[in-house]
Amino acid sequence: MSAAGMDNGLGARLSRVSAMVQRHWYLLRHSWPRTIELVYWPTVQMLMWGFLQVWLAGESGPVATAAGVFIGGVLLWDVLFRGQLGFSITFLEEMWARNLGHLMMTPLRPSEFVASLMVMSIIRVAIGFIPVTFLALWFFGFNLWSMGLALVAFFANLYLTSWSIGLFVSGLVLRHGLGAENLAWSLSFLLLPLCCVYYPLETLPGWLQSVSLCFAPTYVFEGMRALLLEQTFRSDLMVRALAINVAYFALAAIAFRSLFDGARRTGALLQMGE
Amino acid sequence: MQNPSPAVRIRGLVKRYGNVTAVDGIDLDISSGSVTALLGGNGAGKTTTIAMIMGLLLPTDGSIEVLGHDMLTSRFHVLARMNFESPYVEMPLRLTVRQNLTVFGKLYGVAGLPARIDALARDLELRAFLDRPVGKLSAGQKTRVSLAKSLINEPDLLLLDEPTASLDPDTADWVRSHIERYCAERGATVLLASHNMGEVERMASRVLMMKAGKIVDDDTPAGLVARYGRQNLEEVFLDIARSPEATANDPEPVS
Repeated sequence: MSAAGMDNGLGARLSRVSAMVQRHWYLLRHSWPRTIELVYWPTVQMLMWGFLQVWLAGESGPVATAAGVFIGGVLLWDVLFRGQLGFSITFLEEMWARNLGHLMMTPLRPSEFVASLMVMSIIRVAIGFIPVTFLALWFFGFNLWSMGLALVAFFANLYLTSWSIGLFVSGLVLRHGLGAENLAWSLSFLLLPLCCVYYPLETLPGWLQSVSLCFAPTYVFEGMRALLLEQTFRSDLMVRALAINVAYFALAAIAFRSLFDGARRTGALLQMGE
Repeated sequence: MQNPSPAVRIRGLVKRYGNVTAVDGIDLDISSGSVTALLGGNGAGKTTTIAMIMGLLLPTDGSIEVLGHDMLTSRFHVLARMNFESPYVEMPLRLTVRQNLTVFGKLYGVAGLPARIDALARDLELRAFLDRPVGKLSAGQKTRVSLAKSLINEPDLLLLDEPTASLDPDTADWVRSHIERYCAERGATVLLASHNMGEVERMASRVLMMKAGKIVDDDTPAGLVARYGRQNLEEVFLDIARSPEATANDPEPVS
């Protein structure tokens, strides 16, 4: 009746990914504080930057023309930050539950596990992000969805960056235990000043601009400003961001694999504590 | 005793952590359909050996073949046919029993999963708390849930680490009976790590004694007791554990 399937084809792989998504969906459903938390911080951020923009618009003419750049920036930054957090926290849930050993004894492959973390990061961001975009429309008349197809390019690039960071952080936690947990909360913030979320690239000193251009989100936020201020979709920026993202994601995947193998060598998968 | 195609074949298995050798050159065949006990004091290398058989831990040297597949190169071809149970490794506490079994059933690719969960719930008497979070169950109930998870894919190889630890004698007996029944019906192979000598004498047809990362003796429970001239397996265990050189030919008195 229930002989375990030996099928390692696409159907079996998707089924294992969906099993992991289901496991974390159960967890979210069981815990309303977890769900509230997904909406709480994006709302606070959006309101703070939205009111700041309202004030600046009243004070200075040129800034008034920059309609929506702060709210747009904060919303897209949240996709990046919450996307990475969604990935990392879903991974950490397995560490906190000491369930990783159980999982790695099943036919679940590391790549399928990572795929489930990506799906959960999209779900977790969507739960928090979609209501906040409508709040932005209600409070400040800013309609993020009016960016149309450009949003798809922005989201795709920001998610790829968030997964690269999430993958690298998860590998570090896997190898070094929950002592490395704080990186999950803090590493993305390094990108906040560097990737010009709230100001143009020219604001940075020349040498730092070169550093900033090594990160894909810089192109996304420049692209967002071009769209909002000049009504121009800069596909060239999106292509460059995608190329950087592909390279970073490949490096993060190699690092994760190496750290995972390291955990299997040292026995970290058996311990999974602090 | 040696089966031409053993369920587990281990050759020259070594695991070192820096300068510490946890497993020191084990060669071992475990016959299909047998119940083999792995005994030894704390730090003898039992858990390390089991973790390497499951693929959770990479050996420093040597090879492990499970059900005809090399665990180092093709473990994903065989993991669906294995499972593991230990009261020390809890299931996710916030999920209900049914949710846990659903997730693990899907991970193992179990066909007809709802029917399989129903059957396990009936056999292991889980029905009363099937929709309760695992974290709200008693120790005995959790052990039965862990056992259900370990049998969800009807494994051909079942690895058990202290399966009845912390259970009252009645529940422990019930768990042992269920495992014995499963093995008899399915022809499954069991590798059992336990400190409960009564449990080992009852369930195992073969006992491997481990000490300092090596297998220092290997026989049936009755054979070990007879060769060491002892009353029971516990006395044999103490002989081996307390003497650095103890063998069947040179048993030390049990104090």
